Amino acid sequence: MSAHSHVDGQLPHEPEKATLEGRNKVLGFWLFLGGETVLFGTLFSAFLALRHQVLGGPPAEELFNLGLVAAATLILLTSSLTSVFAVHALHTHQVKSLIMWLIITVVLGAGFLGLEIYEFVHYVHEGHGFTTSAFSSSFYTLVGFHGAHVAFGILWISLLIIQLAKKGLNTTTAPKVYIASMYWHFIDVVWVFIFTVVYLMGKVG
Amino acid sequence: MAHAHAHTHAVKRHSGLMDWLTTVDHKKIGILYLLAGGFFFLVGGLEALLIRIQLWKPMNDFVSADTFNELLTMHGTTMIFLAAMPILFALMNAIVPLQIGARDVAFPFLNSLGFWTFLFGGILLNVSWFTGGAPDAGWTAYAPLAGTTYNGDHGVDYYVLGLQVAGIGTLIGGINFLVTIINMRAPGMTFMRMPMFTWTIFITSALILFAFPALTVGLAALMFDRLFDANFFDPSGGGNAVLWEHIFWIFGHPEVYILILPAFGVISEVISTFSRKRLFGYSSMVFATILIGFLGFMVWAHHMFTTGLGPVANALFSIATMLIAVPTGIKIFNWLFTMWGGSIIFNTANLFAVGFVPTFVMGGVTGVMLAAAPADFQYHDSYFVVAHFHYVIVGGLILGIFSGLHYWWPKMFGRALNETIGKLTFWTFFIGFHLTFFIQHFLGLLGMPRRIWTYLDGLGFNEMNLISTIGAFLMALGTILFLLNIVTTAFKPKNAPADPWEDGRTLEWTIPSPAPEYNFAQTPLVRGYDAYWKEKMDGHKGMTPAEPLGPIHMPSPSILPFFMGVGLFIAALGFMYAPDWGDMFDGFKAGYGVGIFGLLILFGCMFLRSVIDDHGFHIEEEEILKDKGGKA
Repeated sequence: MSAHSHVDGQLPHEPEKATLEGRNKVLGFWLFLGGETVLFGTLFSAFLALRHQVLGGPPAEELFNLGLVAAATLILLTSSLTSVFAVHALHTHQVKSLIMWLIITVVLGAGFLGLEIYEFVHYVHEGHGFTTSAFSSSFYTLVGFHGAHVAFGILWISLLIIQLAKKGLNTTTAPKVYIASMYWHFIDVVWVFIFTVVYLMGKVG
Repeated sequence: MAHAHAHTHAVKRHSGLMDWLTTVDHKKIGILYLLAGGFFFLVGGLEALLIRIQLWKPMNDFVSADTFNELLTMHGTTMIFLAAMPILFALMNAIVPLQIGARDVAFPFLNSLGFWTFLFGGILLNVSWFTGGAPDAGWTAYAPLAGTTYNGDHGVDYYVLGLQVAGIGTLIGGINFLVTIINMRAPGMTFMRMPMFTWTIFITSALILFAFPALTVGLAALMFDRLFDANFFDPSGGGNAVLWEHIFWIFGHPEVYILILPAFGVISEVISTFSRKRLFGYSSMVFATILIGFLGFMVWAHHMFTTGLGPVANALFSIATMLIAVPTGIKIFNWLFTMWGGSIIFNTANLFAVGFVPTFVMGGVTGVMLAAAPADFQYHDSYFVVAHFHYVIVGGLILGIFSGLHYWWPKMFGRALNETIGKLTFWTFFIGFHLTFFIQHFLGLLGMPRRIWTYLDGLGFNEMNLISTIGAFLMALGTILFLLNIVTTAFKPKNAPADPWEDGRTLEWTIPSPAPEYNFAQTPLVRGYDAYWKEKMDGHKGMTPAEPLGPIHMPSPSILPFFMGVGLFIAALGFMYAPDWGDMFDGFKAGYGVGIFGLLILFGCMFLRSVIDDHGFHIEEEEILKDKGGKA
């Protein structure tokens, strides 16, 4: 068990995989992300099936403002990079640097979420409400599921930052940070698909 | 650091009710799954009897048409989600860690969470009986029937939210067992030495992982349609009713294999043990299991041949479906060749297993008949389909479950079930089953549609329906005999030996019955397939330990999973009744307040789980030695 992992007070290079619990968490989380892929895959399928059913509401090519979405995309992709720096700091055991990169990640995530909320409010004013059409329902469900994932990630990583500040880096906190960063990459990848399938394809019709 | 000093932590162990509410021990969670799943099995069985009483004669009015629709929907939903799957989870929890030489599952806390979310989801679904109407749109809840236009009451809301809550538990369980089997096998237990039951649970867990999220999305979309006026499946809002059929069956068809694969595993263990032979064609069995799991995702549209997808789609799905008969046939022949030349013991467990083989073949043959798309236009929505899926689910899965329960009962409870009552159970249930469902093939071919409340006299349905109803009561008698067996056995002394069948082949039979809290005092060293049998053949008394005797680390019990289930239950009720309960204050519905309160309980528990480190406790060597002296 974990008792032998840091006898001399030194953390191993990959502290997230130093204990069986840690290895279980990392593997379990990879599998969970596999399930999440099916979840978003189904949401994408539903959106693709319904995206032309706009009824009286504004169609995608009139609705979307690619500038705003591109800015949100840039922010979220950058936050993925900063979470990579965080994991690098985790592997070199630099707690302060780790906390700093996680804070930047959370701030960027919150910026993305702010833009998304602004965007949704704007759409509702344009007559694109949740109940307007099958297009609008499936749009808000797909993009909203992603947004809810971002919101959950922000709360989760914030909680981990507090834990890191209080408990430091050890074989219990390391796997938590590691899987949170896996999660963050995953919602980033999903966003790349949303940007392509929802916004770019929406613009070309 | 905390772990290095874990020896000093006080042992906290609850007793009585608190022990069961807080347990994270996979063996106790297995028993909880069995109790809850068994209860829902009786509820679903009762619903089936009421259906059969209504249909025993033409133009009967024993129940109203509305009640009949509710009974029909709840029978299917209960049996699949709340009876069959939980009882499978009972067996996998009780046995899989023992078969791979593990002390626990990978995530004991999540294991408990999975159970409590399943239980509260199941209770939520059944609360509907007492609050003005159960779901009545069929277990498949097709749109637009399940939409608010045709189902204005809360029945389908209970279906959507009850299954959503219960589904969380299933998904968690699937991930847990995948990680357990990949990461926690004893030294020497390579993948190709794993017992067949563990293999089937491994593949079933993978199917759960990739099938259930589709159901999650389908249920969420239907919930949005019903509660928040979304337009997914409502054509008047631009939605598409066929989309629901696709989403439901992309989940629903793998679900069928989620159910049947573990039964294949049980049958493989039981037939091999009681034929006193190594399982014939083990590696082809493994290959066939993987192939069935893979093909299971490629065939969902065979439930939709009459929807109008066109001849190309129908042909492709038709061929893909027929392909599944190949790996399934491999399994059937392997079981037959395992029995061939073996010294077979026909005890209750093996009777159920041997009875399974021809029964399942019959279900498989009608499956291939239904897979032929042109012929399916004749069978579709008739009693032929009802007969087919009851042959595979009852004749396959339930016979497998009965076999597994009789086989592993001593390992789970320390007492063997009575053989005389057991054999009576088998014969009444087996004959009752064929009496109920064999005749339904012909009812279907004569044109009796499924899901109808009653039928006219003079159509030639009368005698066959009467026979079917008599068969159903015989099955009920078999179930009562099984319950009687459980009760009488519970009063017998707890004296089952470690290897009660004396021919045990796998690791679970090397440790006391029931297994101690830590399962293995010393992790065993596995030297081949059928690890225990190999040691027996080499003249050894038991397994060679892979580690010296030492203190064993155990996870702490926790009440949080229970409260997380409660939180989800409250949240679901709140959101469901938001339109009815009026405003809490201006413009804010009381139901949303209740819903948010439930979610706060859930997130509060998640917060506590994250910030409080679980150091667990250690069971010391003296206690392990005492156990060994007492029971060996």
